[in-house]
Amino acid sequence: MSSARRRSLLLTVVATACLAACANLGGGGGGMAAKSSTGIPLGASGPHDVQPLPDKPRFGKAVSEADIAAWNIDVRTPDGAGLPPGRGSVAQGREVYAAKCVACHGADAKGGSVYGTMVGGIGSFKGSPRVLTPGSMYPYAPILFDYIRRAMPMDRPQTLSADEVYALSAYLLNLNGVVPADAVMDAQSMPKVQMPNRDGFMIDDRPDTQAARCMSNCK
Amino acid sequence: MASSPSRRNFIRKTAALTGSAFAAAGAARAAPLPVPSTNREPGRIIDEAAYGMPSKFEGHVKRRRTDVLKNRQNLSDWSMTPLQHQPGIITPNGLVYERHHAGTPDIDPKAHRLVIHGLVKQPLEFSIDDLHRYPSVSRFYFLECSGNGLTDWLKPASTTVQQTHGLLSGALWTGVPMSTLLDEAGIDPRGKWALLEGADASAHTRSVPMEKMLDDALIVYAMNGEALRPENGYPVRALLPGWEGNISVKWLRRIKIGEQPWHFRSETARYTDPMPDGKWRQFSMVMETKSVITNPSGGMNLKGPGFYEVTGLAWSGSGKVRAVDVSFDAGKNWREAKLEEPIMDKCLTRFKVGWNWDGSPAVLMSRAVDSNGYVQPSVQDIQKKRAIVGFVQHHNAIQPWSVNAQGEVRNVIGQA
Repeated sequence: MSSARRRSLLLTVVATACLAACANLGGGGGGMAAKSSTGIPLGASGPHDVQPLPDKPRFGKAVSEADIAAWNIDVRTPDGAGLPPGRGSVAQGREVYAAKCVACHGADAKGGSVYGTMVGGIGSFKGSPRVLTPGSMYPYAPILFDYIRRAMPMDRPQTLSADEVYALSAYLLNLNGVVPADAVMDAQSMPKVQMPNRDGFMIDDRPDTQAARCMSNCK
Repeated sequence: MASSPSRRNFIRKTAALTGSAFAAAGAARAAPLPVPSTNREPGRIIDEAAYGMPSKFEGHVKRRRTDVLKNRQNLSDWSMTPLQHQPGIITPNGLVYERHHAGTPDIDPKAHRLVIHGLVKQPLEFSIDDLHRYPSVSRFYFLECSGNGLTDWLKPASTTVQQTHGLLSGALWTGVPMSTLLDEAGIDPRGKWALLEGADASAHTRSVPMEKMLDDALIVYAMNGEALRPENGYPVRALLPGWEGNISVKWLRRIKIGEQPWHFRSETARYTDPMPDGKWRQFSMVMETKSVITNPSGGMNLKGPGFYEVTGLAWSGSGKVRAVDVSFDAGKNWREAKLEEPIMDKCLTRFKVGWNWDGSPAVLMSRAVDSNGYVQPSVQDIQKKRAIVGFVQHHNAIQPWSVNAQGEVRNVIGQA
């Protein structure tokens, strides 16, 4: 690492510490004021006592992104960055589902021996119970691709082809009424699917409670 | 020192008094205490080599799978720490709670690799031997699942504190500061988030703000003085102090630096909190200040009126525990408990308070205050802000236990 780079990292660290300290000072005793640059509450931010040591040894071995390609399976789901080449239709997805998913998830993805329904629930969040399915809950369609590819089927994860994962995604989105029966999912079409819960999330704004420390004759 | 007559006299008098006091206080046993057989025969030999196990009489102290909310398979499942049997603030490794998304892998440390890539100057690969060569740090931190208590909000479903609060453990974690390895790879200034990914069959993944990675996050290979157990991430895991357990990704194989969060299933469809108007709160990572009385607790029986040491655990994901108050009358009046040292940042803290139970019904509660002045809320306090619908995460409300005239202790969440 160049000394300039080291200085810049140090500056970042100092700036973070200062931000945290200032936020705490200005917090009026109100608790967890420190937030990340992206607005995520961090909790109490000090003491910063696990910072890198100045004269540390270096044991990492240089690798290239090509070396890691088989591990590099994540999809940045809001814009689909990381979606691989390939494509799959609703009809193809129905076939893959019947072969590899139905045993646990049941016919038409309405729930089976291992897992509950993956269909429906859109519009249920203002009542009780809230029915959580990929259709009702996922804010971005590429979450389906990322999750199926990394974790499904449960007994043989990371064995599906990209085409199969696209097809399963298309099938599940269609069962949820989010895409038409002739939809084809690929790296271009999938990020464009408008998910019903797209704007359903808010960033953590805790602490949100205001309990008082009453000691006698409370309530 | 020479004994004076008056001193000898005093000793005689004292002995007589003591003897008569004892005779008056206790009726004689039916039979005198026998010499135990263990005094009269040798014990077991020392094995040439062995991993020691608890006494065979402690077999009831077990980590247990949830039996309140039963999952239909046991790969994505959890087991809970028997907090009612844990003295002090450290959970033995065999009792640390589990939460996996696709079972426990048995990973050969010689084959395992950790990589750092993405927005870095130089992607790097580390073997477990490499990680062991760095200057290490050891720190006490609690670890709590965001789902701890999710079965018990508005009415009691659980019986014991193991069931209500057992997705909680305390340990001494040993490893390398995350910042050391990130510094070595060289973070691009555009890198604001890090992806953590496991080598398990769920390839469990979370996005972490860079500030946390550089602050106190650790790459951990040991806990409580030995290598991580397989179910707790062997051979290496992330440990993000004070944050919800699932973000401390186990079996860590990959760290990728990026500009934005990835919005994985595990941070949208799961581990988010229902809010009013059908919304969901996202990236609620800090485990807020909380406490629970572990003795007496649900399912126990008090053995008649008299003295009891009421004790429990308190913790804060955002600092230290400053105080714990205990109520015996369902929250009308409170007494400050004694906190037992050491009191550490983002760690379990033990509290204790003496109680003379008069035999009448009582409702016991504890309420923690942290170093920020934050006061542990009641369920009603939380309900004013969030939607309590379904299995809700991030439950840090006050836990009430009732004691009836027979001494039976029961969970009365939502009733008191």
